[in-house]
Amino acid sequence: MPDADGLEMLAQRIRDLRADAVIEVTHNHGQAMIEVAPDANREALVVLSEQGYSFLSSLHGVDYYPDEPRLGVHYQLLDMDRVDRVGVKLRVTLDDPAVASVVDLFPTADHHEREVYDMFGVVFEGHPDLRRILMPEDYQGHPQRRDFPTGGEPVIFTYNEPQTPGWTQ
Amino acid sequence: MEIIRQTVDPQVTGGDQSPDDFRIRQLRARDMLRGDLPDSELEQYVQERVITTTVDRATAWAQSNSLFPLTFGLACCAIEMMSIVGGRLDIARFGFEAFRASPRQADLLILSGRISIKMAPIIRRIYDQMLDPKWTIAMGACSSSMGVFNNYAVVPADKFLPVAVHVPGCPPRPEALMHGILQLRDQIEGKAPAGSRERYHAQGTEEVIGSDPGVVDAVNVFGAGDVTNA
Ligand code: SF4
Repeated sequence: MPDADGLEMLAQRIRDLRADAVIEVTHNHGQAMIEVAPDANREALVVLSEQGYSFLSSLHGVDYYPDEPRLGVHYQLLDMDRVDRVGVKLRVTLDDPAVASVVDLFPTADHHEREVYDMFGVVFEGHPDLRRILMPEDYQGHPQRRDFPTGGEPVIFTYNEPQTPGWTQ
Repeated sequence: MEIIRQTVDPQVTGGDQSPDDFRIRQLRARDMLRGDLPDSELEQYVQERVITTTVDRATAWAQSNSLFPLTFGLACCAIEMMSIVGGRLDIARFGFEAFRASPRQADLLILSGRISIKMAPIIRRIYDQMLDPKWTIAMGACSSSMGVFNNYAVVPADKFLPVAVHVPGCPPRPEALMHGILQLRDQIEGKAPAGSRERYHAQGTEEVIGSDPGVVDAVNVFGAGDVTNA
């Protein structure tokens, strides 16, 4: 994890490329995190991978309900020489959940982005094959959003049997 | 069905079966084959040597003692399922050890784990590919009632398959699965189920179902759009 100065220097390099790209730098729970503008993720990842953080170890989605903007995408980058990690995150709204895909920079993002699309409904523009990966293809909705009903079925025990008469049919 | 083997070897049985008895039996057998036995003795001869049963019961007996399960695991329960073929429990004692790799050769489908809604059509297809007669065992809480995964992604097996036996537990011990298979064997043979109440002489301990429909239930199903508990 880069220390505060190191993280600020990394953020400065991203700002050099695009002045309004970085929104915030934080250290939280032992994690260095750079929050970038939703349309600046590719620039940020390119700059960081030039600095040695060249391995995308994870890409995942978050739902910040009830905060706005609700959806988030986190990228975890790893420098394999120094064994050092840094995170990049961005947030998009439910109405316009479009994020540029990074599959051409990091091929590993392919399935990860499909999963985030499947579970959270973030649309990755430029992804070569953006389909559902875990849920059936005709599934409605994005189940990991926090306003999605948990679902499931009532289980019949003897104590609640009277409430569901005729369940044996 | 009962099979009683009568030994006619005087060396083994000794006692009242002297060599003379053996000779007499041989002569009677010869008379029977020639058709020389009088009716009354023929009747006795047949009763001593022939078992009568129906063809249905005979086939059921054969089927129930040689169930071939399908080599098919779904989740954590499958680990317990694998151990029933090992040396400790050794399901081969009952003739169920031949796990077949093809549904065409199998006649028992053990649903050993949770079934996601994406997997359900595949399992239904495997079940349809199996040749009749075929049976299904739902093993574990997940495939019976969705267990700890009672959510949007999992379906219980009864929704899309006829299930003969449910084995409860998370995971059920291999002994429990074995008991389930033996219950299935009894079912196929048409024996009345020997439930645990009969086994442990616990008749009359049935839970009384409350008649009050206002009893609060603990069902964790949220209405669509209800996010207060999500
Ligand atoms: S019942 Fe328990 S052990 Fe079996 S599949 Fe479900 S979670 Fe796993």
